[in-house]
Amino acid sequence: MKNNPTPLNGKRAFKLMIVDDSNIMRRRIERSQQFEELQLVGTAGNGEEALELFKRTDPDVVTMDLTMPRMDGIECIGRLVQLKPAVRILVVSALADKATAVEAMEKGANGFLNKPFTDRQLNEAIAELMR
Amino acid sequence: MLYEQELKTFVDGTTNFFEVAAQQPASIGSPYLMEGSPSVHEYTGVINISGKREGVVYFTAPKAMLTVLLMKMQENDFSHETMRDLVGEVANTISGNARRDFGRDFVISVPSVLSGEKPAIPQKPGQRSFIIPINWRSHSAKLVVSLS
Repeated sequence: MKNNPTPLNGKRAFKLMIVDDSNIMRRRIERSQQFEELQLVGTAGNGEEALELFKRTDPDVVTMDLTMPRMDGIECIGRLVQLKPAVRILVVSALADKATAVEAMEKGANGFLNKPFTDRQLNEAIAELMR
Repeated sequence: MLYEQELKTFVDGTTNFFEVAAQQPASIGSPYLMEGSPSVHEYTGVINISGKREGVVYFTAPKAMLTVLLMKMQENDFSHETMRDLVGEVANTISGNARRDFGRDFVISVPSVLSGEKPAIPQKPGQRSFIIPINWRSHSAKLVVSLS
């Protein structure tokens, strides 16, 4: 699955991975994102699963929860960025404090979206990430 | 002594979830005080708090309310696991709001989820609880703030 996704209508395609320990949130992000150039390559429920999936599928864009079992999002971001510095990571978390956002950005995240979110907020955040 | 502003942070975290995730605001009923553990609904999301204050905050909701909330979120999985997932996400939002507003004075746990009619909610004997009814559509849940 490491092949580059097929370009769509002349636009560059991006491979998307969704990481969240909530099934509801994973489905919500998958259903609500409206970018035809984003091709979902997989979802993961914790940081360890995400790392494995990342190695197999080589995504370009990742949405990342922070509070997760086994390996939390902050640690996972650092590991993903080590593997692929160009990956674009959007943190999607209920942790609304500034210190957490700064920590995530310092680890290599490119954007931060607070839960709960509307479809519009999600799509704006993803658009910003892919700019 | 629980300060009004602290209570507001927990209430806002809860109502914000309904307003944003379901696009339909919840209203709050009159808060009341109760000693001991108040009755809970089928699904409960709990956060433990320590530091400046000690105790628990939990959101407890009936299955019927969660089912409609899931429908409004365009979900079509109404399994027991999805109900647990949903109250966990509400508790997660309450926890995130509290971390933002209270900073490091409060140590706030990752939410845990309980289900069933009489789940064991950790509570100190004699501790008083503020109960805030959360009304949404024709349903009612409770936000319980039990801190000393």
